[in-house]
Amino acid sequence: MARILGTSIKRREDPALITGRGKYTDDLKLQGMLHAVIVRSPHAHATIKKIDTAAAKAAPGVVAVYTAADVAKAGTPGMIPVGWLLPNLKIPPHPMLASEKVRYVGDGVAVVVAEDRYQARDAADLVLVDYEPLTAATDPKKAVDGTAAQIHAEAENNIAFDWEIGDAAAVTAAFASAAKTIELDLRNNRLIPHAIEPRAVLADFNSAKGDITIWMTTQNPHVHRLLMCMASIGLPEHKVRVIAPEVGGGFGSKIHHYPDETITAFCSMQLDRPVEWAATRTETNLTDAHGRDHVTKAELALDANGKITGLRVNTYAAMGSYLSTFAPAVPTYLYGTLLSGQYTIPAIHCRVIGAFTNTSPVDAYRGAGRPEATFVVERLLHLAGEATGLGQAEIRRRNFIPADAFPFQTQVALAYDSGNYAPALDRALEMVGYDQLRRDQEIRRKGKGKQIGIGFSSFIEACGLAPSAVVGSLGAQAGQWESAEVRVNPTGSVSVYTGSSSHGQGHETTFSQIVAEKLDLDVSQVDVIHGDTGSVQFGMGTYGSRSAAVGGSAIWKSVDKIIEKAKKIAAHLLEAAAEDIEFGGGKFTVKGAPDRGVAWGDVVLQAYLAHNYPADLEPGLTATTFYDPANFTYPFGTHICVVEVDPETGTTKLLRYIAVDDVGNVINPMIVDGQVHGGLAQGIGQALWEGAVYDDGGQLLTGSLMDYALPKIHNHIPFELDRTVTPCPHNPLGVKGVGEAGAIASPPAVVNAVMDALQPWGIRHIDMPLAAEKVWRAIAASGRV
Amino acid sequence: MYPAKFEYVRASSVAEAIGLLGQHEDAKLIAGGHSLIPMMKLRLAQPATVIDIGGIAELKGIAKNGNTVRIGSLTRHVEIASSKVLHQHCPLLAEAAAEIGDAQVRNRGTIGGNIAHADPGSDLPAALCALGATIHLRGPAGERAVAATDFFVDLLTTDLGAGEVVVAVEVEALSEKSGSCYLKFENPASGYAVVGAAAWVALDGKRLAHGGLAWNGVTATPLSGAAVIKALTGNEFTDAAIEAACAAVEPTDPLGDVYASGEYRAHLTQVYGRRALQAARDRAKP
Repeated sequence: MARILGTSIKRREDPALITGRGKYTDDLKLQGMLHAVIVRSPHAHATIKKIDTAAAKAAPGVVAVYTAADVAKAGTPGMIPVGWLLPNLKIPPHPMLASEKVRYVGDGVAVVVAEDRYQARDAADLVLVDYEPLTAATDPKKAVDGTAAQIHAEAENNIAFDWEIGDAAAVTAAFASAAKTIELDLRNNRLIPHAIEPRAVLADFNSAKGDITIWMTTQNPHVHRLLMCMASIGLPEHKVRVIAPEVGGGFGSKIHHYPDETITAFCSMQLDRPVEWAATRTETNLTDAHGRDHVTKAELALDANGKITGLRVNTYAAMGSYLSTFAPAVPTYLYGTLLSGQYTIPAIHCRVIGAFTNTSPVDAYRGAGRPEATFVVERLLHLAGEATGLGQAEIRRRNFIPADAFPFQTQVALAYDSGNYAPALDRALEMVGYDQLRRDQEIRRKGKGKQIGIGFSSFIEACGLAPSAVVGSLGAQAGQWESAEVRVNPTGSVSVYTGSSSHGQGHETTFSQIVAEKLDLDVSQVDVIHGDTGSVQFGMGTYGSRSAAVGGSAIWKSVDKIIEKAKKIAAHLLEAAAEDIEFGGGKFTVKGAPDRGVAWGDVVLQAYLAHNYPADLEPGLTATTFYDPANFTYPFGTHICVVEVDPETGTTKLLRYIAVDDVGNVINPMIVDGQVHGGLAQGIGQALWEGAVYDDGGQLLTGSLMDYALPKIHNHIPFELDRTVTPCPHNPLGVKGVGEAGAIASPPAVVNAVMDALQPWGIRHIDMPLAAEKVWRAIAASGRV
Repeated sequence: MYPAKFEYVRASSVAEAIGLLGQHEDAKLIAGGHSLIPMMKLRLAQPATVIDIGGIAELKGIAKNGNTVRIGSLTRHVEIASSKVLHQHCPLLAEAAAEIGDAQVRNRGTIGGNIAHADPGSDLPAALCALGATIHLRGPAGERAVAATDFFVDLLTTDLGAGEVVVAVEVEALSEKSGSCYLKFENPASGYAVVGAAAWVALDGKRLAHGGLAWNGVTATPLSGAAVIKALTGNEFTDAAIEAACAAVEPTDPLGDVYASGEYRAHLTQVYGRRALQAARDRAKP
């Protein structure tokens, strides 16, 4: 049979999704189902003096109204736990419904449950909450400056943590002897994830059995079950079943454990009826965990040859009002550890202060920490390329970790297993036609019209999360292996149970390709089951570009176990030794006697009949693997962006975008390209358009898609993609992950391109998003108009 | 996004719609629904009654009568953007309609609904003002015609009186030698015009014979470029002349929001006015 691994078969998920046959959480209907609407704080920071629910309770169709007092009365724990701890991390309590204080616009204070969602929504307006507003802190740097409002009693000065990595003394020495230093103050803009499907929950408690089934928009149902059970709703894990139906995107926002699913489950438990809650787009804006929001000072030291000798980074990272599930890990272990980029940097030090702010919590969003690190490193490299006169290609080439230096131990904990950075840069330069482009740029610079800019980003990411012992030592409260059970059915088809829950990535296609390839089956003979704690043995979910590298490897190993057992059955049928059995072309044969064979289907059937069977072998043909990776994976690449900036208006037009990625081996090139496209769409969106803005009072000024500029297709251009292939050396597939690459690489590529275009005006930096007015003002302020 | 409770009634004629407006307090007309429904879902609008005029046949279609083109108020943006009659006799309006929202919005939204809503960032109002269009309204007291420049009274406010319905928009057919351009600086979030310059010109050799200019997005109602046209008319229509005339435009009370300040909008007004006039000139035949 033709190889299927590495081919662009069409996504098996799509016929259902594009013909409307996909069932999402909000499509599900249960007999007697009620609808919940959460009453949310309009204040960023306020004391709750009184909540009056009488009028809401009396409204038509209303079945119940609950506040924090009802949660306490019910004896429900009602707390939202944190999943990642840091040394001296301050963990203020996060109640699912606010009781004494609200801490951001959107903080839930009550829930109204009614027969239909219109009635619930109408009655929500009748819940009267008497607030005493307090001053708010919204900026992560100002929040910890000693003068800001105190958000939690447990976190003095609003500091959640003060974390560092690297060698401060070595960095000080490097700067003392530097030939040149570069300094940059930057802000990594706050982003709202905006999955196309807003979050939703349907909880169905059964008092007779004492169990609850929760359908929800989740990237990781088993993790949600774990977080939900004890701390939140007070049921043991075996009495909680979490199901992810079709999930319409997540980008990280559906990893986290939010109050809303807990509140909905609580309502169902109180009323012994199914209760649904579905976020409106407004709630998506206000309450989905946001991403990024760093204020950073970064400094680079170089020697006289343009070699980097030191890097110092000081960051204030917003945590938002409460610690979201994995929030503490994002600006620390997923950020500071990536600051060596693709470069040999002998001394690095990074300090990060996590700040509570009166905003939506901040947590992992596509890339999670790694885009922020890449932005720091690649913006500094751009400035270094200018300051040294070496140019953008040479400054990078001169500092790349050499291909023969792997495995490479960085100064910030990570050990890169493999890499070969120059070929990706060379290919990107070739694709973009670099020399001609620079000549075109020179010609344009002679005139006063639109200017061309070229921006580079040579990026690295740590993906395939993650070796459990490593993340455990860093504070993770969970392992990060993945599990796969492969069940061969008696007629030879295969059902794969994976803990890696898809929410758009195409697992049902790519995982099937792995199994079909190894067992020489048609892909139609393989089904992939995911997203249900009631049927899948266990799982850690889909995030951190981990599904292929970790989940796929678990499947690979399980299939190996299947083949191994099947060989024993075949050996019995062929009256040969198991060591002498070979598998290929859909049959088992005896080594050296290819005419002595038995077909896959006959062996599988015998596994279940067990009529003619080895005495020492159990019947059945299933295998389970819990695969714990040996290391992270390290995808890399070089992206080059070409823009045209209109100095008269400050507008930026994308002209070209070249992305040369190295994600290791590729299972399905079309899906990989699609992931790169999506990542680029978001990363370029961050650079040019997106940005959540809170005013000083903590009101979200970009609270709807009328104000928050999510990129549309007409904003983008066709991207030009290519790949180099440096397989991951430590997983059986040689894959590294691709889900986040585009979002990690592209913001600095775009910003560097715009800054390159603005070089004639002497403009060094403008914070993202590069809105036209900001660019126009920078040009006006340059005095060189 | 669940609207407050409302009554729904359907009108089968303009007369019935006017009658229903009189019977129901706090009623809103709905045509394409692409301005009203989002506001209702956000509960920014909570009309007690919604009167659906979408099925009234007499309000639909585009027709040329003599030297004017009449566009029924229920004509959808997609029909305006693709109308052969308009492309031939008034391409400015077609170009502006093509800039509205996305394909779904253009397939549902109507010209009457658009102008009755009077969003300052909308694309049609400046084009209508630049063209000197007439808006036809019908109400309990009969039909009346209002110049587009008088129709837009303030932010989201028009000259429509109680019980009145927009029935049609009329524009003068332009000479096929004239040139026009609608040039839009789009808000990257909403797609509305931060600034949208609508210009048309007719040339007499190298001189400007007639023309019109107005901007969306800059001020609460479409900003008139009549002074620019007046300064240029009869003179040689050069880049330098256009630039000088546009540089003199200083909008009073420009709008400002989280994306673009009033100062920036004022600057864009000059730049987009100039560029739209230049493009209109380059499309015109002498």
